[in-house]
Amino acid sequence: MEDVASINQTGAGIRLPNFCNLGVMSRSLLVANLFVIAAAFARSPTPDGALREFQVMAAFCEPMLIVSLVALCASRRLLHSIGYAASLAAIAIFEVLVACLMFFAVRQLLPDQGSLPLVNLVILTLFVTACLLVYFDLRARALSPAIAEARIQALQARIRPHFLYNSINAVISLIRSEPRRAERALEDMADLFRVLMADNRTLTPISNEVELVRQYLAIESIRLGDRLKVSWRTEGMPADALVPPLVLQPLVENAVYHGIEPAPDGGEIAIEIGLVNGQLHMTLTNPLPLESRATVGNKMAQANIRERLQLHFDAEAAVKYEAIDGTYRVSIRMPYLTAAA
Amino acid sequence: MSVAGADAPKILIADDEAPARSRLRDLLVDCAETFPLVVVDEARNGREALAIVNREKIDIVLLDIRMPEMDGMEAARHIAMMDPPPAIIFTTAFDSYAIKAFEVNAIDYLLKPIRLERLLAALNKTRGGAPVSRQALAAAANQPRRHLSVHERGKIHLVPVAEILYLRAELKYVTVRTVEREFLVEESLTSLEEEFAASFVRIHRNCLVARAAISGFERNAEESESGWAVVIKGTDEKLPVSRRQQAVVKQFR
Repeated sequence: MEDVASINQTGAGIRLPNFCNLGVMSRSLLVANLFVIAAAFARSPTPDGALREFQVMAAFCEPMLIVSLVALCASRRLLHSIGYAASLAAIAIFEVLVACLMFFAVRQLLPDQGSLPLVNLVILTLFVTACLLVYFDLRARALSPAIAEARIQALQARIRPHFLYNSINAVISLIRSEPRRAERALEDMADLFRVLMADNRTLTPISNEVELVRQYLAIESIRLGDRLKVSWRTEGMPADALVPPLVLQPLVENAVYHGIEPAPDGGEIAIEIGLVNGQLHMTLTNPLPLESRATVGNKMAQANIRERLQLHFDAEAAVKYEAIDGTYRVSIRMPYLTAAA
Repeated sequence: MSVAGADAPKILIADDEAPARSRLRDLLVDCAETFPLVVVDEARNGREALAIVNREKIDIVLLDIRMPEMDGMEAARHIAMMDPPPAIIFTTAFDSYAIKAFEVNAIDYLLKPIRLERLLAALNKTRGGAPVSRQALAAAANQPRRHLSVHERGKIHLVPVAEILYLRAELKYVTVRTVEREFLVEESLTSLEEEFAASFVRIHRNCLVARAAISGFERNAEESESGWAVVIKGTDEKLPVSRRQQAVVKQFR
């Protein structure tokens, strides 16, 4: 319950955009001008006519927009203090006032210009204002940090039941014949599930993720024996690099499920981690047996990792999936971050 | 392994994972105290299981579903056509599709890790219980077989579906034609058409042709009611197209 409350509170606080922000200003100008262009074309279908209409309307709108944005930026503290609903009403009244003021001012200064009737101008103003406010509200909801965090939580890699039950079965099979190996396997499983169930919102050193993948592969090699071969190339890996937890393990799990298990003689998974041009690169390659080429693989882990990277690094990270002949390759690129930086 | 009489059921374990096989063996040894049995052999995939069933008399097959080479579902469908068929008990760790299909079609299965009591109950059920029907297995399968099986003198011969040129219904059987030879299978053309709709096309009331085996069409007014005949790759055979299936010609030209 506490979590829900905190999300709502943070959400309410940021529902009005910060009109002093350059991004908010430019978005407002862009959207409003698009409306003006649309209105111009609505009034005159020919490009020449529309251009004239646009000039007339722009004479009203551009000063109005600039006055509005400056006023909203200046009064943002006041707006925040009166609450969201009251702010909406205040903004609407203010915009209508500005529109009327502009209407009379333009008529005084440029009496020969043909102009929109006052009623149309007021309606257009209210419509554009409403559209902008709804847009900013939706945008704030989508990008609110609390909600982004909740989404990261929800996106956390889930335990694949296939792996869980097969591993338990494999460990049970070891208990009579090789009790010590069974103990070791259960310890590995405990570590793996601890991470799977932990709060994974913050970045973790890549060395932790690599250790986790090794434990995962140790469990899988009990089941698969010689069929599972792994080659690591981590000489160039900066051990202090921070990565989203579980960025690699679900991909390795996919590689085992689609690349190794369907092949009678198994195959090799190659994992390469290093720095390229100051960025962290991770590459995972596995064979793609004929059996799994036809089936549509589980795309959940892939979409999941892509979205988590996006939430953490935005455009600075990228994932690429490619199937070439008999191999499947996943490449991840992300900024090289350290705890010190 | 166990002191069992000559009539003790002979069991085959099929699973691609060594620990899963050894776990089942341990459990079966435990079962043998109350349910006399003999573990005859182990197979690592469906194809190996079929080879063993061909070679030795097997009464019960414990069959994992997800295996490389040939999965348990397809192996079961070939085994179920034997006369008499061994009893089949499926095992799976997790396969939501298969489990749902088994429930719907009343097919017995065991969930891994398998409990001794559940295994004993399943073994007991094989005594006198009716074997799993071919229809139930076909209904539970979610993908077409990769082989058809020909049963001759209690042995299963596999014919890869990819090598089949055409299937032609005779009186009671369907003739399966490959480049090398012909086989007879005891299946209905309608169910084969349904199962292999992606790779075969009907050209006549009694004939399905592999799309990949069609090299072209020829005018043939004498033997064919539509005036067209299919030319089959790798042979000099020409199969008449019926008037009802005439649209096929347009589809390929």
